[in-house]
Amino acid sequence: MNRKIGTAVGFLLIMVWCLLPVAWIISLSFKSQEAITNGSPGFLPVDGGGAGWQNYIDVWNNEQFRRAILNSIGISLIATVLSVLIATLAAYAIARLEFRGKKFVLTAALAIAMFPVVSLVGPLFDMWRTIGLYDTWPGLIIPYMSFTLPLAIWTLTAFFREIPWELEQAAQVDGATSWQAFRKVIVPLAAPGVFTAAILTFFFAWNDFVFGISLTSTETARPIPAALSFFVGADPFNRPASLLAAGAVIATVPIIVIVLVFQRKIVAGLTSGAVKG
Amino acid sequence: MSTATEVKTHKGAPQVSDRARAENTLGQKLVAPAIILMLVVTAFPMLRALYLSAFNYSLTAPEDREFVGLGNYVTALTDSLFWRDTGITVLYMLVTVAFELVIGFAFAMVMHKVIFARGIIRTSILIPYGIITVVSGFAWQFAFSYQNGFINQWLPFIGDQFNWFGETTPAVVAIMVSEIWKTTPFMSLLLLAGLAQVSEDMIEAAKVDGATWWQRLWRVILPNMRAAIMVAVLFRALDAYRIFDNIYVMTAGSVGTESISFLTYRQTIEQFQLGIGSALSVLLFLSVLLIAWLIVKLFRVDLAQARQEG
Repeated sequence: MNRKIGTAVGFLLIMVWCLLPVAWIISLSFKSQEAITNGSPGFLPVDGGGAGWQNYIDVWNNEQFRRAILNSIGISLIATVLSVLIATLAAYAIARLEFRGKKFVLTAALAIAMFPVVSLVGPLFDMWRTIGLYDTWPGLIIPYMSFTLPLAIWTLTAFFREIPWELEQAAQVDGATSWQAFRKVIVPLAAPGVFTAAILTFFFAWNDFVFGISLTSTETARPIPAALSFFVGADPFNRPASLLAAGAVIATVPIIVIVLVFQRKIVAGLTSGAVKG
Repeated sequence: MSTATEVKTHKGAPQVSDRARAENTLGQKLVAPAIILMLVVTAFPMLRALYLSAFNYSLTAPEDREFVGLGNYVTALTDSLFWRDTGITVLYMLVTVAFELVIGFAFAMVMHKVIFARGIIRTSILIPYGIITVVSGFAWQFAFSYQNGFINQWLPFIGDQFNWFGETTPAVVAIMVSEIWKTTPFMSLLLLAGLAQVSEDMIEAAKVDGATWWQRLWRVILPNMRAAIMVAVLFRALDAYRIFDNIYVMTAGSVGTESISFLTYRQTIEQFQLGIGSALSVLLFLSVLLIAWLIVKLFRVDLAQARQEG
């Protein structure tokens, strides 16, 4: 009985700890901007301090914010598709083929996952300005791909190791080449793993901040996290907290939907590749 | 990487068959794009940083570029700002990882034990992971704000007008809370995976032998998930050492909250000092390598084995 109460308390604590800040930012987004400027401490909007949907309307009417959402969606999607495509090829090779340099690929992927991103922004900033990639979509897509490849390769390698490979051999016995066996037999089986890797990659790109603020300067390529941090209202010394909160909620909705729908796959993707003793 | 050139010898098969050769070629072709992309954006810029760090080079006056050898490193390493920022970064790393390990393990235990509402718990735990760090930084900054936040009202021993971002210690605490909230889910998922591998039989056996809950935890469960704990700590520690987003959003590095990543960013992107900034980049990279090496050595983590790759 004691144990049941303990788990129930733990359950409640987890829910509060994980969801309180989310509830808070939603509550904040419904406070009126006047109330924020005058100072309105407290969790919920007070009487007369609520704004209804006004903050959402205002933030949505902001040209730069809409452009940032478009940038984020476009850049994250392109980076995800390309990164997963390349990682799928690599993970297949690692899981299935014997070739020289396999260890090198894994070591490189591991090293890059640990790489301090900030170390790169200086030289990349300089290089991108020289070759004209600064403040463009490809200028962000390329680093996103490089930094999501390790996670995608690990996740996919772990998935590919679980696939019943006799099927591939059967196809090869029937006269298929390595490539045909890959295309016709393995791709359909591996699709769920590929999908998981895609979700995790998309998370990374959507979440990135360092590249977003360092490698862009205007709204042509600036993604949401960077745009939010540059978001200044009429009074530059008093940040429009409730507007920002509304923007943050809008930026978070797509991710929350993905989390809710694909919860099982995300957990599998994060843990299956990670620790198998 | 000596392994790259290591020739795979096929035991008992002196001449490599055409099929094996074709497989070798195909394998290398398939990994080539990934390798090229990863190296283009890391190895090449890193080498360039190494090169630039030997110059006194500022983008505001590019024609004044002059060779200074190790001068930038001497400047950085003799500057008290560098050591203060390194100290604060190490503090961020130690405190957040310690808290995350404890909270994350408790979460993992609950997730492991709980029978009802497994899906709801997992989803709630994943939500902080999915939220943009910048957004969570804002959420916590506003929550701690004395003008519009609720934390001063909820905490009984803190005055309503207390300014969390006015001094180093409270500001660092606020940043740590935000960082811990955002990254604990990742830790607890890795620990959950490790927990799932501890055999129930062994725990039952210990129970039958009269071991208390505490003894079972320390003598049976924890030693058996050592690999998972070490991998989680290694990855989180390296991540925590690179802390940047939360500091940028919450204090912009003011009141002594600046981390070494933030200092590097400030020098290169805001002040265009590519020479000294590159030197800081190299130092940051070296310190991450040092931490990785220390953790791997101290705890004897076998990454290849833990990740089942080798």
